[in-house]
Amino acid sequence: MSTYLGMPTAPPGVGHLRGTQPFEIAARRALGNSQLRRNLAKATSTIRARRAAVVGELPDWEALREAGRAIKAESMAHLDRYLEQLEEQVTARGGTVHWARDAIEANRLVTGLVAGTGAREVVKSKSITTDEIGLNEALAAAGITAHETDLAELIVQLGHDRPSHILVPAIHRNRAEIRDIFLREMPGADPGLTDDPADLTAAARAHLRQRFLAARVGISGANFAVAESGTLGVVESEGNGRMCLTLPETLITVMGIEKVIPRWQDLEVFLQLLPRSSTGERMNPYTTLWTGVTPGDGPQRFHLVLLDNGRTAALADQVGRQALHCIRCSACLNVCPVYERTGGHAYGSVYPGPIGAVLSPQLTGVEENASLPYASSLCGACYQACPVKIDIPSLLVHLRARHVEERARRPVPSPEAVTMAAASWVMASPARYAAAQRAGRAGRVLGRGGRIRRLPPPLSAWTSARDAPVPPPETFRDWWRRERGTAP
Amino acid sequence: MRIALFVTCLADTLFPDVGKATVRLLERLGHDVTFAQAQTCCGQMHMNTGYLHQALPLVRRYVEVFEDCEVIVVPSGSCAGSVRHQHAMVARRYGDEALARRAEAVAARTYELSQLLTDVLGMEDVGAYYPHRVTYHPTCHSLRLLGVGDRPLRLLRRVAGLDLAVLGDAETCCGFGGTFAVKNPDVSTAMLADKMQNVLATGAEVCTAGDSSCLMHIGGGLSRLRAGPRAVHLAEILASTADDRGDLFVGDQP
Repeated sequence: MSTYLGMPTAPPGVGHLRGTQPFEIAARRALGNSQLRRNLAKATSTIRARRAAVVGELPDWEALREAGRAIKAESMAHLDRYLEQLEEQVTARGGTVHWARDAIEANRLVTGLVAGTGAREVVKSKSITTDEIGLNEALAAAGITAHETDLAELIVQLGHDRPSHILVPAIHRNRAEIRDIFLREMPGADPGLTDDPADLTAAARAHLRQRFLAARVGISGANFAVAESGTLGVVESEGNGRMCLTLPETLITVMGIEKVIPRWQDLEVFLQLLPRSSTGERMNPYTTLWTGVTPGDGPQRFHLVLLDNGRTAALADQVGRQALHCIRCSACLNVCPVYERTGGHAYGSVYPGPIGAVLSPQLTGVEENASLPYASSLCGACYQACPVKIDIPSLLVHLRARHVEERARRPVPSPEAVTMAAASWVMASPARYAAAQRAGRAGRVLGRGGRIRRLPPPLSAWTSARDAPVPPPETFRDWWRRERGTAP
Repeated sequence: MRIALFVTCLADTLFPDVGKATVRLLERLGHDVTFAQAQTCCGQMHMNTGYLHQALPLVRRYVEVFEDCEVIVVPSGSCAGSVRHQHAMVARRYGDEALARRAEAVAARTYELSQLLTDVLGMEDVGAYYPHRVTYHPTCHSLRLLGVGDRPLRLLRRVAGLDLAVLGDAETCCGFGGTFAVKNPDVSTAMLADKMQNVLATGAEVCTAGDSSCLMHIGGGLSRLRAGPRAVHLAEILASTADDRGDLFVGDQP
């Protein structure tokens, strides 16, 4: 059994790791949105096919996955050492490293750094970590405007919306909806704008270009941080990241502590795994790597904010820590039959889908996201797709067990806990089990035409959409005893 | 070969024809089937709902009932998957390393029906006759937890009279997921709707699989809609012969 050390979790009231409703309630609403379901089904099936094609062409894909898993496991096992090495290297190369215990500290740090430059506007490359901590809101509260420059993040920002996917934050929008958002929210948008993708990107490009050129501060996340060299890395498709990382005088990078990898050479593994798993490309269009500050080239001030926000709490769980291996490719979202139907908002966290269901509850504490570990049929498609072999189904079961164990400390057990305890007691004894089977046969009176169409709660959730079988007149064991006697 | 049947609590209680078909099939192939009345449940429902501690006595019972058996057959991919991939984990979580080792030893001799037939008994043609149009749904735990691959399809292709229809999006979950079906009934139903659509598109009379649980879900949905196709377990198809004139095992009729 793992030892839970009780490390601090991500604080409530800041950032976006908690929904306002349990998953099953939020999911019900999402399922009723036919436009959303069509958008998601179309987008996820396209990206699934692309991923399958480029993964299929690599003969050593399984070996790469295993290498990725092993590197991440090593990084987590010695996270303290690698983080200090990273700090040492970044500092030696002219950067400044800040340690943030949680979202509140990170927001205060970044806001202070931006305010210190005198800038009132910043450009941001796509970063889920800064969404996690609610950085844009914190900056706004300090009178600083953050401009999202990733196309999908821009759509989300202009639409006063929330991201619903790790890689494609606006996956829930189709192009007609995007055109409407641009026309409504983008200053100076051409009223004749069509919903042609080329037209939409041209409009976004024109809108963003002025921001890039005017920006004095850039804010980014990081895909990787190499401990031995102090190198940070961002991979992207649009080139907006490259501009945020190179044009401003000051660059502030907010990075979860789990993003550190030991060696430069390890990038070889991840730069193969990540693009194929995320966008379904052999190689991503832009890979930007930077090490500290280079005089006369790029930002002359570089700040690295290392964020915990519940990660150490996840690390303390020997089973659960696997979730920290995630490289945010979103392959698990795209193959998940639950995500495909509900979309990301139902999960209530910036980390949706299968990985979100195991990551968010660990960052916040399981009881604050207790419905998420149950937001899965345990079909295992996520595990199969994960480029670093995170056993998400087993993690979901583990977190369900943590939830059950935490609930068991309450004075009054839930009806479910009572039922489960009773079922365990019954099934631990063949005599009690056979007696329960005989009692269940009373359910035959509910049958009409060989099927039961309505059962009492909680099983009414079953018969809301499916018939239930009528218990047969004779169980298998009774048949065997009648036919073959009791000899084993 | 002497083969111990772990019938599963679900088949025992609600789908006894699946157990009877398994016995009939294996005996027809010349094997000796035993059934221990002391067996109950593998504990999967408890485990997958998070009640690992309550599953511990069920793991112990499974090990005690079956550890002297040479080969154990389970007509369920998910129950076999639970025995193979969860039993030892549960024992270890509660510090019982000795039980975990025993569980691993029993698990290594526990086979899902299609695995037993193809891998242990080396058969694909089991002499079955089933003159119906059938489509096969590979249940998630058969496919991804146990890795049965195309074994059930290889068996079905050798069934005389059977017209095998390819199921679209076959490897997508049907939405059952154990207690998921009642904890997240709306998502479960949305997944079921797509599975039923694919089943109906094949024009099959019968949807088969290696798990009574998923079949109860798919069959329950099809029945609610009076859609036509029935859910029939793989064991029932493989047990059917020409002597049955194709109508003895055409689904669990209570």
